Amino acid sequence: MDLSFVILVEVLYAIASLVLISAGLAVVFGMMKVINLAHGEFMMMGGYATITAVNLGMNVFVAMLLIAPLVVGLIGLVVERLVIRRLYGRLVDTMLATWGLSLMFIGLATMIFGNTTTGISTPITGFTVGDYQINGYNFFIIVVSIVLVLCMLAVLKGTRAGLIARGTMQRSDMAAALGYSPDRIYMATFFCGSALSGLAGAVLAPLVGLVPTSGGAYIAKAFITVIAGGPSLIAGLVSSATSFGLVSQIFTFTISPVIGEVALLVAAVIVLRLMPQGITGRFFKGKL
Amino acid sequence: MSLNRREFLGRSAALTTASLLPYAAYAADTIKLGSVLDTSGIFDAYGKPMDQAMRLALKQINDTGGLLDRQVELMAYDTQSDMALYSQYAQQLTRQDQVDVVHGGILSASREAIRQTMRKSNTLYFYNVQYEGGVCDRNIFVTGVTPAQQVAVLVPYAMKKSGPKVHILAADYNYGQITARWIKKFVEDNGGEVVGTDFFPLDVSDFGSTVTKIQQTAPDLVVAPLVGGAHLSFFRQWAAAGMKDRIPLASTTMGVGNEHKVLTLEEGNGIMVAYNYSQELDTEANKVFKDQWQAEYGDTTSIHELAVSTYQGILLWAEGVRQAGSVEHDAVVEALETGISIDGPAGMVTLDPQTHHATLDVHIMEVENQGMTVIETLPQIAPVDTQAVCNLQENPDDNQQYEIQI
Repeated sequence: MDLSFVILVEVLYAIASLVLISAGLAVVFGMMKVINLAHGEFMMMGGYATITAVNLGMNVFVAMLLIAPLVVGLIGLVVERLVIRRLYGRLVDTMLATWGLSLMFIGLATMIFGNTTTGISTPITGFTVGDYQINGYNFFIIVVSIVLVLCMLAVLKGTRAGLIARGTMQRSDMAAALGYSPDRIYMATFFCGSALSGLAGAVLAPLVGLVPTSGGAYIAKAFITVIAGGPSLIAGLVSSATSFGLVSQIFTFTISPVIGEVALLVAAVIVLRLMPQGITGRFFKGKL
Repeated sequence: MSLNRREFLGRSAALTTASLLPYAAYAADTIKLGSVLDTSGIFDAYGKPMDQAMRLALKQINDTGGLLDRQVELMAYDTQSDMALYSQYAQQLTRQDQVDVVHGGILSASREAIRQTMRKSNTLYFYNVQYEGGVCDRNIFVTGVTPAQQVAVLVPYAMKKSGPKVHILAADYNYGQITARWIKKFVEDNGGEVVGTDFFPLDVSDFGSTVTKIQQTAPDLVVAPLVGGAHLSFFRQWAAAGMKDRIPLASTTMGVGNEHKVLTLEEGNGIMVAYNYSQELDTEANKVFKDQWQAEYGDTTSIHELAVSTYQGILLWAEGVRQAGSVEHDAVVEALETGISIDGPAGMVTLDPQTHHATLDVHIMEVENQGMTVIETLPQIAPVDTQAVCNLQENPDDNQQYEIQI
């Protein structure tokens, strides 16, 4: 009983962390069709922003939930103005440019923070469930990702800004004809996507040690989740994170963590073989 | 002033010759020591202090009159944490610079990249890093600890303090795999039992499910030869789950690159380790060494085991050259094979003629307030793992890295 509860928490945590690391990419790549290979580095910068802010004496939650997304969002804004906006619609070129950006960010972070692993300890203590101890921070990550998904849903579905953004991504010429500036909307959307990546990096930072190359560990999982999710932004994100999180944790618990990681990749291959358009290409069609 | 082409060529030729002359004269009577280390890139936390330690040792040798009345000249290359550069610079050191000895290499992959080049060109090679053991080659000398040297000391101590059931978490490459086998052997030799073994690729940083799995096997002790920044997360997540006060931890790697200074007090305190060196060693030799380091670099916080190992490697080589009375390859190797020893910052280090590995003191320590408190010192532990497979006295032509079967 205790064990099944602990495993349930671990599964939910695995799903939540996949949602978290993929949310920013779902906006930038899923919505805007910009292949952002610097996604992992945006997360890494979110982590460093948090650690720096905490070391300057700021409350850790303010740093994670406010400062880091803001800082990374602003960096994203600069990147969009200088590089990305010249490359909309040119997939291969954006790929090359963002790969270059990722190398540049790694270099800059190394120059500023050095190469040693840094980190802050988790702000929430562990607690006991029967015979087991659970990391209390796991619950925090689960809550953050649920709130995140609800917020994205509310903004995209409930607000005028979300409607305009979605419309512009589908037919920017039509949006322009209606009097909106696609250039500005693209800019704002990229800001939001970067801020989400920064948030993910910030929230995960207390769990892992941070080095300038940390971003590389997330990029593959984020792309797999978003691509397997398919065309619908939120339904795709949630459904693919759920499937992959479940599969990887089942194998992790029954065999080993390494097999768990492999199972995630194999599951992704199978999903894309059966559903080349992603999960939401077949199910939940037309959902957001 | 205007120069025509002929004048310009003439003058620059003269200048070049002039600038080369003193160099050539100087170079002729120096001993050349080559170094290849990652002093930038992702391994610089290991490489930079090693480089500093090497320069400190050479400065001390040169300030006291050099070796054989000759100054030692350093030819140092930064391999930038890029494996390809190791082969390139190794070639450059042997062919172009024609050095008398090479010290360097950090990861096992870098050592293997250099080792064959050195062997072919008959250039003496020192590898000054803790590694997985088993290298058997008459041309190489190893001054770091091997798994058996640490595990043989650490496991009995940790088991005595906790209990007989052990769970092993190891990095999934040759170091972790081999060390895990040694841990299993010494756990069983001491009447214990391994209840679980998990291997993790180097980039795994999420240990949530592992923490749960360990609780399922309910061990008395967790031994963790985990490697690198991503694996450091384990210690953090273990503490965050509140496990640290329930099941004690021991590690053969945590702290080699000063990792314990990154963990907070509640995350690090109490982790048991065993190394040849720690900054907290309370010996006269260590105090002198730290003072010298302080005088040279202004700050001793970066000193770690690998740096001291490098320092001791240079001292051993220098002692070999002194006893041989020459820098000629075979003479130095023979001198080093006489069971030569030096007193380093971490105590006496003796070269084992059979394996060319070091016999040295190992200290059992516990992490305390981002330092390592020495609990017990075990003097002169031999590299038993490599001795089990390698005998250079009987097979001087041996050239391979044995995988030690236990």
